[in-house]
Amino acid sequence: MVGGGGLDLLCNGVKIHHVDVPHKDQNRLEMRDLLAWVQSNLIKERPEMFIKEDSVRPGVLVLVNDCDWELCGGLGAELEEKDVVVFISTLHGG
Amino acid sequence: MDAMIMSNGSSDILHEIEKLKLEKEEIERRLSLLEAKLNRNPGEAVEMEVNRSCSSCLSMLDGHGEAVNGLNADMIYRYSRHLLLPDFGVEGQTNLAKSSILVVGAGGLGSPILLYLASCGVGCLGIVDDDIVELNNLHRQIIHPEAFVGHPKVKSAAASCRVRFSFRSWINSSIKLVVHNEALKGSNALDIVSKYDIVVDATDNLPSRYMISDCCVVLDKPLISGAALGMEGQLTVYHYKGGPCYRCLFPIPPPTAACQRCSDSGVLGVVPGVVGCLQALEAIKVASGIGETLSGRMLLFDALSSRIRIVNIRGRSLQCVTCGPNAIFTRQMFQAFDYEGFTQSSMSDKARPELHLLPESSRISCKEYKAVVDNREAHVLLDVRPSHHYRITALPDSINIPLPALEINVSLIDSSLKEATKVSGKEASLYVVCRRGNDSQRAVEYLSKNGFPMAKDIAGGLDSWVKDVDPSFPIY
Ligand SMILES: [Zn+2]
Repeated sequence: MVGGGGLDLLCNGVKIHHVDVPHKDQNRLEMRDLLAWVQSNLIKERPEMFIKEDSVRPGVLVLVNDCDWELCGGLGAELEEKDVVVFISTLHGG
Repeated sequence: MDAMIMSNGSSDILHEIEKLKLEKEEIERRLSLLEAKLNRNPGEAVEMEVNRSCSSCLSMLDGHGEAVNGLNADMIYRYSRHLLLPDFGVEGQTNLAKSSILVVGAGGLGSPILLYLASCGVGCLGIVDDDIVELNNLHRQIIHPEAFVGHPKVKSAAASCRVRFSFRSWINSSIKLVVHNEALKGSNALDIVSKYDIVVDATDNLPSRYMISDCCVVLDKPLISGAALGMEGQLTVYHYKGGPCYRCLFPIPPPTAACQRCSDSGVLGVVPGVVGCLQALEAIKVASGIGETLSGRMLLFDALSSRIRIVNIRGRSLQCVTCGPNAIFTRQMFQAFDYEGFTQSSMSDKARPELHLLPESSRISCKEYKAVVDNREAHVLLDVRPSHHYRITALPDSINIPLPALEINVSLIDSSLKEATKVSGKEASLYVVCRRGNDSQRAVEYLSKNGFPMAKDIAGGLDSWVKDVDPSFPIY
């Protein structure tokens, strides 16, 4: 799992996390499960900078295996072993 | 024998001299032809500049007789390395010469964009910016020479672009440079952008990004969008060949706390340089019609770990209020839209919202604090900036506890106060300072509720210290 665009700062500056997310339903892990897990296990400060309501806050792009999660089911996107999930905050500077 | 040889030798020499004289005549004839052409051309170029609109100009490239493909001899030589590229060639170059590109922002991104676009033969290059060159821009805004500090960025950028091609102005008489010394806003954007074929977003703020994207949708122009901050960059092409616009990706603006600026977060100079170069490349591809652009994809650049990731992003959104199939975003709506209100963020880096958290009784001015120091009044000066800011510069005899670490360091403040009281024999006061006077207010608000009711904020922070007390104190 990779965080960028400042989101790494919410996890003590760590950009890349290899995570093993336990899931209740043996057959299926969805993006919504990962978000909940990240929020309670990785985010060290200012959770509002990552989560809004039950999804990511506006201005954060979520990429599952280098693909916009909107193209693969959003919160319902199914995750598998070794998937790479990237959370990236949009930048505006120049 | 010697004489014979000499005689034979001198006839050889005479023959050689005659031969060279003929060659010299031929060279002089060619020289005068070229010089006549040279003297003729600048006048033509000036006339054409006057009569030309920005939209296109291939007509002026022919008419010199020697160019069947629209490129004259000078252009062929100058752009020969482009022409030699099988995928680019004459067609790519003539397409470039026909195109007009507007670069919004002459800063860190705009610097390499403008230098490359001015050098590569774009027909018309526009620059829009209302900013002034500052010394702390120069480490990344490489288009600006130090001599232009204090002058408008567009003028400085235009001067640098002109030395790219005007040292012999006739060579590139086909290129036109247009300077818009104003901020691009809802009120002038339609007017300015409509004169160009392609727009490059090289701005540094969120409301401008929404505004430029909307404007490009309304006027149906492709948008090359880049951003850089800290050690990271991002790049994509919006509203091109059915691809998404900025709002398709970001229908709701992020919270203001997530909108960092280079003046707060810093930026490694070469990072916008890399992103700007890639923007110039995408603009050249769109203008010349070659290759595959980043439309529908986004390039993410992580300079610190040397990683570039190119990801597939969503297509045009059916719900997009600007470019969706049911969108009715008119020119009038565009002009009336409040982008700064929508994003809760300013287009200008200069206008910073001032925080007013505290009653006046909990604040002192920098001049008052100077008197405290001069009178050797017992006190503790708490600096709540991040530690890497503190290492840049700090007021003497201060202690540094960054704002987020305040809560866990309350005992340190307590012991410092007790120490100061013991040394002076008088009750020590507590003053809090930061860079601009916002975090110090937050700190005082917290401290006053957590055992330090006498804590006072030094209003305006180190910025005001420089303005009101010590102009020689380093500013950053
Ligand atoms: Zn859209």
